[in-house]
Amino acid sequence: MYDTGKIITGLIIFLCLITFPLWYDALTGKAAVKPELKIITKEKQCVEATPYMRDSHMKLLIQWRDQVVRENKHLYKGSDGKTYTMSLTNTCLNCHSNKQQFCDQCHNYVGVTPTCWNCHIIPEEKS
Amino acid sequence: MDNSKRTFLKVAGISLLGIGSKPLQKALAGNEEPKILPSPEALTGKRWAMVVDMKKCKEDCHDCIKACHQVHNVPDLGNPKDEVKWIWKEPYEKAFPGDENKYSQEYIDQTLKGSQFILLCNHCDNPPCVRVCPTKATFKREDGIVMMDYHRCIGCRFCMAGCPYGSRSLNWRDPRPFIKETNKEFPTRTRGVVEKCNFCSERLVKGLIPACVEACKEKVLVFGDLEDPNSEVRGLLKSHFTIRRKPQLGTMPQIYYIA
Repeated sequence: MYDTGKIITGLIIFLCLITFPLWYDALTGKAAVKPELKIITKEKQCVEATPYMRDSHMKLLIQWRDQVVRENKHLYKGSDGKTYTMSLTNTCLNCHSNKQQFCDQCHNYVGVTPTCWNCHIIPEEKS
Repeated sequence: MDNSKRTFLKVAGISLLGIGSKPLQKALAGNEEPKILPSPEALTGKRWAMVVDMKKCKEDCHDCIKACHQVHNVPDLGNPKDEVKWIWKEPYEKAFPGDENKYSQEYIDQTLKGSQFILLCNHCDNPPCVRVCPTKATFKREDGIVMMDYHRCIGCRFCMAGCPYGSRSLNWRDPRPFIKETNKEFPTRTRGVVEKCNFCSERLVKGLIPACVEACKEKVLVFGDLEDPNSEVRGLLKSHFTIRRKPQLGTMPQIYYIA
């Protein structure tokens, strides 16, 4: 193989650069800024457990959407046994009453822009 | 390892048995409680329809239109080109073109010809808008309501070309600034989607009759289930002669006008 030294050094430099964020955090001990969301809710428990809501709320909302619009089924039995009306504005945002401090915190952090709010109305924000 | 044909067949046979195990497992596990339920208080029908008694309708009254457009956040864009409408008024000759004949005066009340007919989506039994929609954004429900799923609408306007009644409107621009009073419980639409009357499906599920029917003080609009022989709409169809818009097109419209 020609230029073995150059290629291997090049690869090492490349790997160092591409993993920069990882070892920089490890060396300095400074974790990246985490999103800070304020959970201002009346209830203590969401329709499902918090870890599930955290990583799968979008799947749940899509299921809700399809069931309400296409199947005409409007009620959801949560894991706590209570029955909820499947509605983004009237159920989710009624409890999570501040979109800016709840939804937007993580959505901005991970750089996603859900189009929900083009049509669904955001209730007046309460802090 | 013994690779004889005999062992191969044995293993293959046992593996085949495994295929049957999943349904068996499901059957043994017992039924899980359903998480998604229909509303108990919802009004249910097999074929929703409406009868409009134009003789009772007052020329200068717009209560039904106001009520509908208020609860559904229908914008008023102020010019006929961009107009978004769910329920509106049109004179006889525009509502029933081609219906004229030498004898029509014998079966259609002549005073009706000068009046403004109340028009809305006909919730056809054979809806052309559903057939032409490339994304299945518009579909017919089991109870006959022709619904829109705005999430799927791409704004291609095939349905507007397909609908012979002009019941569909495109949002050429963001409708939000043009909504006078927003009903916080119902979503608005966004730029680039088509919208139309939904026969108040969001009210039926709460056990309420459509907003236009509720708003009409003169009882011009009657809503009900055509499949139910004791319903008010069936009674009206039995006792009155009714006409429908453009029945010759075979769309089977479900809004009946008492002539």
